[in-house]
Amino acid sequence: MAQMSHAKFARRALAAMTVLTLALMGLLFGANQFSNGSYAPKLGLDLEGGTQLILEPRVAGGRTVAPEQVTEARDIIVQRVDAGGFSGAEVTTQGGRNIVVSMPGDPTQRDEDALRRSSQMQFRPVLAIAAGTPAPAPSASPSGSPAPSGSATPSPAPSASAPAASPVPSTTNKSAIPGAFTTEPSPSAPSGSPSPSASPSPSPSASGSGAAASDPYSLDQITPELTEQFTLLDCSKDDALENLVDDENKAIVTCDQDGAAKYILGPVVVSGDKISDAVAGYQVGPQGQQTATVEIQLSLNGEGTEQYADVSRKMVALQAPQNQLAATLDSRVIVAPSFNEAIPNGKASITGGFGITEARDLAQQLKFGALPISFDLQTREQISPTLGSEQLRYGLYAGIVGLLLVVLYSLAQYRVLGFVTIASIVAAGLLTYLAITILGWSHNYRLDMAGVTGLIVAIGFTADSFIVYFERIRDELREGRSLESAVATGWDRAKRTILIADGVNFLAAIVLFFLASSSVRGFAFTLGLTTLLDILIVFAFTHPLVTLLARRKFFRDGHPMSGLDPDKLGAVKKTSYAGRGRFTTTPPRVAGGEGSAS
Amino acid sequence: MSFSDFGNDLYTGKRSIPVIPKRRTFYLVSLVLMAIAIAGLGINKLNLGLEFSGGSEFRVTSTSVPDDYESMAREALGAADDSQGVRVSKLGTGTVRVQTERLGEAESAEVRAELAETFSVPQDRVSATFIGPSWGESVTNQALRALVLFLVLVAAVLAIYFRNWKMAAAALIALAHDLVITVGIYSFSKFEVSPATMIGFLTVLGYSIYDTVVVFDKVRENTTEAFGNGRMSFAQAANLAVNQTLVRSINTTVIGVLPILAVLVVGALFLGPGTLLDLALVLFIGIAVGAYSSIFLATPLLVSMRSKDESVLELDKRAARSQAAKAKKQAVAATASGGVPAEGPGAGADRAVDSDEAATGRPAVSVPMATEESSATITGRQVHKYAQSGPRNQPKRPPKSRRK
Repeated sequence: MAQMSHAKFARRALAAMTVLTLALMGLLFGANQFSNGSYAPKLGLDLEGGTQLILEPRVAGGRTVAPEQVTEARDIIVQRVDAGGFSGAEVTTQGGRNIVVSMPGDPTQRDEDALRRSSQMQFRPVLAIAAGTPAPAPSASPSGSPAPSGSATPSPAPSASAPAASPVPSTTNKSAIPGAFTTEPSPSAPSGSPSPSASPSPSPSASGSGAAASDPYSLDQITPELTEQFTLLDCSKDDALENLVDDENKAIVTCDQDGAAKYILGPVVVSGDKISDAVAGYQVGPQGQQTATVEIQLSLNGEGTEQYADVSRKMVALQAPQNQLAATLDSRVIVAPSFNEAIPNGKASITGGFGITEARDLAQQLKFGALPISFDLQTREQISPTLGSEQLRYGLYAGIVGLLLVVLYSLAQYRVLGFVTIASIVAAGLLTYLAITILGWSHNYRLDMAGVTGLIVAIGFTADSFIVYFERIRDELREGRSLESAVATGWDRAKRTILIADGVNFLAAIVLFFLASSSVRGFAFTLGLTTLLDILIVFAFTHPLVTLLARRKFFRDGHPMSGLDPDKLGAVKKTSYAGRGRFTTTPPRVAGGEGSAS
Repeated sequence: MSFSDFGNDLYTGKRSIPVIPKRRTFYLVSLVLMAIAIAGLGINKLNLGLEFSGGSEFRVTSTSVPDDYESMAREALGAADDSQGVRVSKLGTGTVRVQTERLGEAESAEVRAELAETFSVPQDRVSATFIGPSWGESVTNQALRALVLFLVLVAAVLAIYFRNWKMAAAALIALAHDLVITVGIYSFSKFEVSPATMIGFLTVLGYSIYDTVVVFDKVRENTTEAFGNGRMSFAQAANLAVNQTLVRSINTTVIGVLPILAVLVVGALFLGPGTLLDLALVLFIGIAVGAYSSIFLATPLLVSMRSKDESVLELDKRAARSQAAKAKKQAVAATASGGVPAEGPGAGADRAVDSDEAATGRPAVSVPMATEESSATITGRQVHKYAQSGPRNQPKRPPKSRRK
């Protein structure tokens, strides 16, 4: 009875395996028919080439770029590249200043932006708010005609504001503009007039020279220079913040993201490097239902939590607008909510005008920390494979030769049973191919040279599972079991070995995948994939196949060519009572007569 | 077939490779190999590629790039530098990028001149800059952190699975042994270490652990059985386990190494030095060393580490008693049946086939026994051989050691 259920189970497992394979084939076919899939696996940078981006640091206010900053930026960009799923990208510094990103495939504009944005998030207390465009009739404007637009809507009117003195024609954010760096109407610009103008700042009693007042919430932070900048700032212009010098210890004047409002913000009270995690999602309403509002939930680390609790406690007591804490991203205000109560748990939620994809990108960037500097794209070029094309070709030839050798060896060792090995390796190969091509389509998984070699080594791992299994069956035959019982007992024991050995490998893959970066991650992925496939194949293909074959006469009677011939294996001869006065002297022995001693 | 006979004999214990008894020899071999590898690392620093240390980059801008730009560039650089570790690629349609290890001012100028001449462009069309490492320290640090965490986890998992931390420790020592030797051979061969090589080292690490776990699983099975029935000492059970998995280890290693060997041969014959050859070499060495250490290092280490355990000492005593008793019984049986004890006591222990002796392991090491004693009573009176097996026509009691 037990054997019947074994066979039944085996048939089911094989059927499930076939269904899985067919489903994956169907998926691949569908991906090719209806999407941009391809039947060939995607190849990595070293085998196929890709795109090379050279990023040049954008430095405001004549600051210089320190080599450490570039290195730090490089490390963060590496993480972003990894998180973006471009496996096998190569990020280097060039000339101690630029960053070169070589990545396989063709990154979109959005990918590019995600890489080079600084994504510096800061929390600053709000000191003053006004509509985005300058209020009419400020007292001292240096030159040009002030635009008479007082509305909050961002109008593209040619209004003159702070940087109007610079002769540089209006530029877009994308292009590098070295000229703009030199002319810097920074807070130390020679405006000199200490008179407070028509600004919403209530107390202009600032001691202008004492740059950073001790209390970041105090209105003493607003120096006359700031007031003037604030008045002149026109947030409707693209380059309004082009010359902003973002010093975390000083108050700044800035705009919000769509230019509708402008702010004077105090010094940074909680900086972005205190963010330990960021998750984007839809806000959950009071009744637990999802709302349409996209939010980013930030978790702060220990120090950040303390600071944030401290800030919220102080701010609750203050008056509007000073009870608002602005979250700025790359110096622009995303959102400036007011505090209703103190928040001691270090969880901040930011909702603002972003869509869900944008929020996800942003959350990724916040998680890995901000770049110390923003970068502009200098050049973008196609790059040829870094490894010669012949390496792949000869590697594949060698792989085929190696496979043939494996086939010959397993036939010599296991005779007809060797065909089971070969069939299993073929099945494993088919599944690996399907997995890699489908993952290439869905997750941009790419095979690089190390991956190809990993797959070649995986032949060894996969084959080992069969060898462990077959050797166990032979061991049980040597003990004098019948084939069917030997298969069942051998499997019980081999199963444990295969599971623990593969489990350890899978553990390696998981740890390396989540903790390491760049090519180590790629390796970890390939290792994890092949290990999983190995387990799948042994459990759902090889074992059922052997169980079914063991019922065939050829194997059951131990044909000399079957590889499971008890005589050849030196099986223990047993004389046992077979019932009705008959004795048997050859292997067939009562199954389960001797349980394992362990 | 001789190989399968060999496997059968190893399984039954008829033939036995004295891995455990000779363990000091294997320790010595491993120690010497590791010493050489470490000395090699001391003498030749690892030849780190430009991915780790940064290097110089040249860009040749011309109107059209010839098809064989790669070999041209390599030839040009051949004069200034050996071509190992040079990476040539094409950017866009008209630029050739050549990356080498970091060059000095003079060398750099020389390379520029050579490149300009080879691609027949004026020298000012060849730019030279320094590039930083793509596999920077942070990548290494992250990878190392991941590795340490992995090893801690593996140690924990193995300790829990085998219910013995010493097995985990032995497995990790074997792993360290494999890595040191593989890296040492790299430093001797002076091959360039590229990120691909690093991946190769990681693969070796995974393979080594895998192989050791498979062998240890059999060791665990055999020793648990020995602890249960007390017929074999710990060392004997471990030795039998190693012998029983030997055929599997050989088969696995051969199958694992065959494709790599093919890559190695093809790489050496048709390609010359490059990523493919580097990787194949590191894997070939690593897998071979990993197979060696799982058999000849990990299990002996385990036996050495556990040799002072109370339970193991107790088992050894029980096993010695049981084996002495069994040998006695066989000798008695041999004489009793009138057979000439020509096979000797050892052979009798090897192929003992008695009705209830169906357990997997038979002692591989024959136990010396005193034949004279067994045929004499305590008073020294000779017992007739028919009487040696006890009173006739009486149900035999199983010997004391086998009574439940």
